[in-house]
Amino acid sequence: MYIICGRQLNREMKAILGLTVLLVVTGLLLLYYFSSRRKRTARLVRDIPAYSRLKRAVGLAVESGSRLHISFGRGSLIGEQSAPALVGLSMLERITRAASVSDKPPLATAGDGALAILAQDTLRSAYRLVGVESQYDPNSGRFVGPATLPYAAGTMPVIDEEQVSANVLIGHFGSEVALINEAAERKGCLTVAGTDDIAGQSVLYATVEESLIGEEVFAGGAYLGAGPMHDASLRTQDILRLLVVIVVVIGAILKLFGLDTFIIQLIPGGLR
Amino acid sequence: MKAPVSTAVAIAVGILILLGYFIPIAALLSLRVVLVQWAIILASFALLVGIINLMRVHWAKLRKGGINAVYSAILLLSLLATIVVVGFFGPTNVWSVWIFNNIQLPIESSLMAILAVVLLLAGARLFRRRLDLFSIVFIVTGVIVLLGTTPFFFIGDIPGVNILRSFIVQVPAVAGARGIIIGVALGTIVTGVRILLGSDRPYSG
Repeated sequence: MYIICGRQLNREMKAILGLTVLLVVTGLLLLYYFSSRRKRTARLVRDIPAYSRLKRAVGLAVESGSRLHISFGRGSLIGEQSAPALVGLSMLERITRAASVSDKPPLATAGDGALAILAQDTLRSAYRLVGVESQYDPNSGRFVGPATLPYAAGTMPVIDEEQVSANVLIGHFGSEVALINEAAERKGCLTVAGTDDIAGQSVLYATVEESLIGEEVFAGGAYLGAGPMHDASLRTQDILRLLVVIVVVIGAILKLFGLDTFIIQLIPGGLR
Repeated sequence: MKAPVSTAVAIAVGILILLGYFIPIAALLSLRVVLVQWAIILASFALLVGIINLMRVHWAKLRKGGINAVYSAILLLSLLATIVVVGFFGPTNVWSVWIFNNIQLPIESSLMAILAVVLLLAGARLFRRRLDLFSIVFIVTGVIVLLGTTPFFFIGDIPGVNILRSFIVQVPAVAGARGIIIGVALGTIVTGVRILLGSDRPYSG
């Protein structure tokens, strides 16, 4: 990650680069957040079929009295794989609020104890927000298994036994997600799924109707109307992506013409 | 804890840990280490709470009865037996290792074998579900990589397939994977900042 022209950045340069990225992201987020609050303009986002189908599935589940199942994968909350699960928690909150009038409240499963507790907490606060806290069932946020295959084995019966009509799998999944999708396929459920794992994404592409690729996983909050900060996130990601593309293209051109040593000379003492 | 207080504590701890990564001040570094250790201890307790939750869910299923109650009974009995054996004798004792080698490992191996078949079926089903250019590219690439990785019975390596496989794995696959990883990294950064700003509060704040 911290390698430029085949040389490694030293600690100070890493710190400066990291802080710069952090400040740029924070600045862009706040800028877009406040500008969207002031202008109140209509959002212009491209259609992601997975989220459109998910919104329809929430409505259908409420009407048909079936259940929605949200699963956060087997990533740990304190690990680097927690980010998609945190997006999943935002989506759980939105879905629970939308489905709060249903006879069958949404179910959340996780392969990490802390995530299971947060899922319970999110479910309870979503019910509290819509004024139906009495509907909250602590067993609707479940810990299913701490490792890869036990997690899959624990999630499959949930889909099979709990009258689930749609699954949302947002979190850290590997190839074991195929077993969960197979259970969903057998029950005829819609599955919308996204992960940060490359192998998991290829499995999802082959096994689910609606898979989320790359950064689409992190757009869930914005597409489900979780607030202006989530919209600002999308715009920030677009700008950052553009910056990355520019840097990559410039780097490729410099390398092509043998000018990469020029960069090293620009950063005296920064590379070793 | 009241919502604004918990939010303030979460944001402050997040910022302190982040600054510990960037600013090399000894006090900040040691504070970061202590806070991360607390997080690890809390995560361990969360696992314990998770296991209690698992037992509660399956106890409720068992009490409800029905055809699937037997699975919940097996799970509860296995869980309790494992806790007793490993808790009493220790994780490296011959009985604990016997449970792992003769129950856990074969079951997981069987699931892995099922997973291989499920993935094969999923590949075949992809054509039925989504017959488009990308699906064709996906399947054809998968077949080429498979043929280039494992030689055929009696035939051995197919000439040219190895070279094609190496090209696919080293050039387009790496390029695509890097694109996806960059997208995921940007999403992760933005999600982290949103939580640091207190906009997303997964802790009921």
